Amino acid sequence: MALLEIKNLHATVGEREILKGIDLTVDAGEVHAIMGPNGSGKSTLAQVLAGREVYAVTEGQVTYSGKDLLGMKPEDRAREGMFLAFQYPVEIPGISNTYFLRAALNARRKYEGLPEVDAFDFLELVREKMKLLEMDQALLNRPVNTGFSGGEKKRNEIFQMAVLEPKLAILDETDSGLDIDALKLVAHGVNALRGPERSMIVVTHYQRLLDYIVPDYVHVLADGRLVKSGGKELALQLEETGYAGLGIADEEEAVGRV
Amino acid sequence: MTPVAEQTGAWLESFTRQHPAAPWIRQLREEAFARFTQMGFPTTHDEEWRFTNVAPIARSRFQFRDIVGQVSGLPANVQAGAIAGDARQWLAKQAFDQNAFVALNTAFLNGGLFLRIPRGTVVEGPIEVVYSVDGQVGNLPHVGPRMLVVAGADTQFTLIERYTGQGRYLTNAVTEIVAGEGAVIDHYKVQHESGEAFHIGSLFANLGRSVNFSATSIAMGGALVRNDVNVTLSEGTEATLNGLYVVNGSQHVDNHTTIDHAKPHGTSHELYKGILDGKAGAVFNGRIMVRKDAQKTDSKQTNKNLVLSDEAVINTKPELQIFADDVRCTHGATIGQLDAESMFYLQSRGIGKDDARNLLTYAFAQDIVDRIKVQSLRDSLERILFEKLHERPQ
Ligand SMILES: Nc1ncnc2c1ncn2[C@@H]1O[C@H](COP(=O)(O)OP(=O)(O)OP(=O)(O)O)[C@@H](O)[C@H]1O
Ligand SMILES: [Mg+2]
Repeated sequence: MALLEIKNLHATVGEREILKGIDLTVDAGEVHAIMGPNGSGKSTLAQVLAGREVYAVTEGQVTYSGKDLLGMKPEDRAREGMFLAFQYPVEIPGISNTYFLRAALNARRKYEGLPEVDAFDFLELVREKMKLLEMDQALLNRPVNTGFSGGEKKRNEIFQMAVLEPKLAILDETDSGLDIDALKLVAHGVNALRGPERSMIVVTHYQRLLDYIVPDYVHVLADGRLVKSGGKELALQLEETGYAGLGIADEEEAVGRV
Repeated sequence: MTPVAEQTGAWLESFTRQHPAAPWIRQLREEAFARFTQMGFPTTHDEEWRFTNVAPIARSRFQFRDIVGQVSGLPANVQAGAIAGDARQWLAKQAFDQNAFVALNTAFLNGGLFLRIPRGTVVEGPIEVVYSVDGQVGNLPHVGPRMLVVAGADTQFTLIERYTGQGRYLTNAVTEIVAGEGAVIDHYKVQHESGEAFHIGSLFANLGRSVNFSATSIAMGGALVRNDVNVTLSEGTEATLNGLYVVNGSQHVDNHTTIDHAKPHGTSHELYKGILDGKAGAVFNGRIMVRKDAQKTDSKQTNKNLVLSDEAVINTKPELQIFADDVRCTHGATIGQLDAESMFYLQSRGIGKDDARNLLTYAFAQDIVDRIKVQSLRDSLERILFEKLHERPQ
C-alpha cells in the first residue's frame, strides 16, 4: 500500500488556482524530488499536504497511510508522522527552541499513548541528533528561529525532523541559501534518516541538492501540474538543458542566460 | 442632594467612625475628605477617566475595613511601622487634589506602612508586602492600603507589592516613594485580585538625582482595575516602567502612566503589554512630560496589545507634552492578533490549536516576564499567567 497517494489535486488561493491537478504516489522508503521554476506551486503543494488553511482544495483526494489526509487537522497530520521542513521557517520570539520541540515531541507521544518526556530526558534524547547536525546548545536555548541565519534555520528544520522521526518528510527548498559546507551537513543529516520506513519528498529549484540526497524519482512541476517524471537522471538532464529544454518558461533562468 | 453629595455622603459615616490619630493626620484626613466630597467620583466626562466607568464603585455601599500588609524580607536596619511622626514631611506631598481616589485613600489614613531605608543601605533580597482581602465575610469591604517609602541616598533595594483576595470588595491603594540621590530601586506590583473585586491604585515616585528606578506593574485580576503610575525625574535620573495586563471575560483594566522629566539628562523607557480576550477592555494612556529645563531627555514609550477575540476592546493613547527642544522622545503602539503563520508552524509540528494559541500568547508576554529580576517572582508569575491563559473556554 502506498504511504501517500495524491489524485487530481486542485488548490486555490482566493480566486486563483495554483495546483491544477496533481497525481503522485509515494511508497514507503522512497525519496521523490519535485523540481520546478519559481512560482510553479512547489511550496503550495507542500503546504496543502501539511494542512495550511489559506489554500482551499477544490478537487481531488489525498490518502496518507490509508486515511483521508485532507480531512485531518494539521496537528494530527504531524502526529501521524508527517513533517514539513519549511522553505521559510517562522521566527517565534519568546519560546525557546527546546521548549517548542519538546512540546511537539510530547504532543506526538501523547497521541500515541506514550508518557511525556521531561526536560532532562529530552536533552538526553536529542544529544545524538544535535551532534548529527552540529547544533550547539546555545542555538537550542534561543527562541525558535529568532535571529538565526538562513543556514541555521534550515539546519534547525532538519534537526526537528531528526527528533520527530517522521514517516513522511517533505523538505521544501531546504538547500536554498546554504553554502556548500552547510548543504553537505544538512544532506548528511537527511541521509542519516533515510530508511525503509521513511519516505521523503524533496522540493528543490536546483539540482545541486540532489547530488547529495539522491532521489529515487524526479518530477517536474510547472504551472501547477507535474509535467514530467523520471528517475534521478531527469535531474541531470534538467541541469544541462534548463527548464527551457522541457519547454518550460523560467523567469529567473531567462534572466540569467541573456 | 446633588448626585455627588449622594454618592460621597454614604462614605461620611465610615469617615467619622475612624480610629483616632495624631492631630496632623486628622487634619490631613479632613482636608482630603473635603476634597473628595468636592470632586466626587470621576465620570467618563473627565478626560482622565474617559474609558473607565467607576459608577459601579460609586453606587456600591462599601464599609471601611482596616488592612495590614504582611511584610517579609525586612532586614534589621530598615525601619518599618505605621505612618506617623516625621513621616509628615514626606506624606501626601504629591497632590491628592487631582484624583478623588487618592483623596479618598488619604481621608481614610489609618496606620498604613512607613518604610525608611537609611542612607547607603543595600538590601539583598526583596522586601515584600502582601495585601489580602476577604470580601466573602462581613459587609462589602473597602480597604485603603497606604505605603510611604523613604529611601536615603545610595540605597539599593527591591520592593514587591502584592494584592489578592476573595469575593467582592474595593481596594483603593496609594504608594509614595521618595528616593534620595543615587538610589537604585526596583518596584513590582502584582495585582491578582479576585475576579469580582475593584482595584484602584496609584504609585507616586519622586526620584532624586541619578536615581535608577524601575516600576513593573502586573495586572491579572479584578473586575474593574485602574492603575496610575506617576514618576518625577530629576537630573540624570533613569526610570523604567514595565507593565503587563492580561484580561478576559468582562474584566476592565486601565493603566495611566505619567513620566515627568523635570530636569535635564533624564532617561525613561516604558514598555506596557496587554493580552485581551473575551469581552474584556483595556486602556493604556502614557503621558510623558518634558519640562522646559529638561534638555537632553531621552524617552521611549511602547505599548503592544495582543487581542485574542473580536469583542475585546483596547484604547491606547500616547500623550507627549514636550517643552524642551533638545530631546529625544519616541513612542509607538501596536494592536495585533496571533500570527497565522506562527500558529501553522506550531500545529505542523503536532502542537494542538489551543496549546499553540497559549504558547504564542505566553510568548508575547515573555519579554516582560524576562525583565523581572526576582527569580521567585518570575516563577510565580509564570504560574499565574499559565492558569490565566487556560481560563479561556475550550
Ligand atoms: N498565500 C498566497 N497568497 C497569494 N498567492 C500565493 C500564495 N501562496 C502562493 N501564491 C502564489 O502561487 C504561486 C505558486 O507559489 P509557490 O510558493 O507554491 O511557488 P514555488 O514553486 O514554491 O516557488 P519558489 O520556487 O519561489 O519557492 C505563486 O505565483 C505565488 O505567488
Ligand atoms: Mg517555494
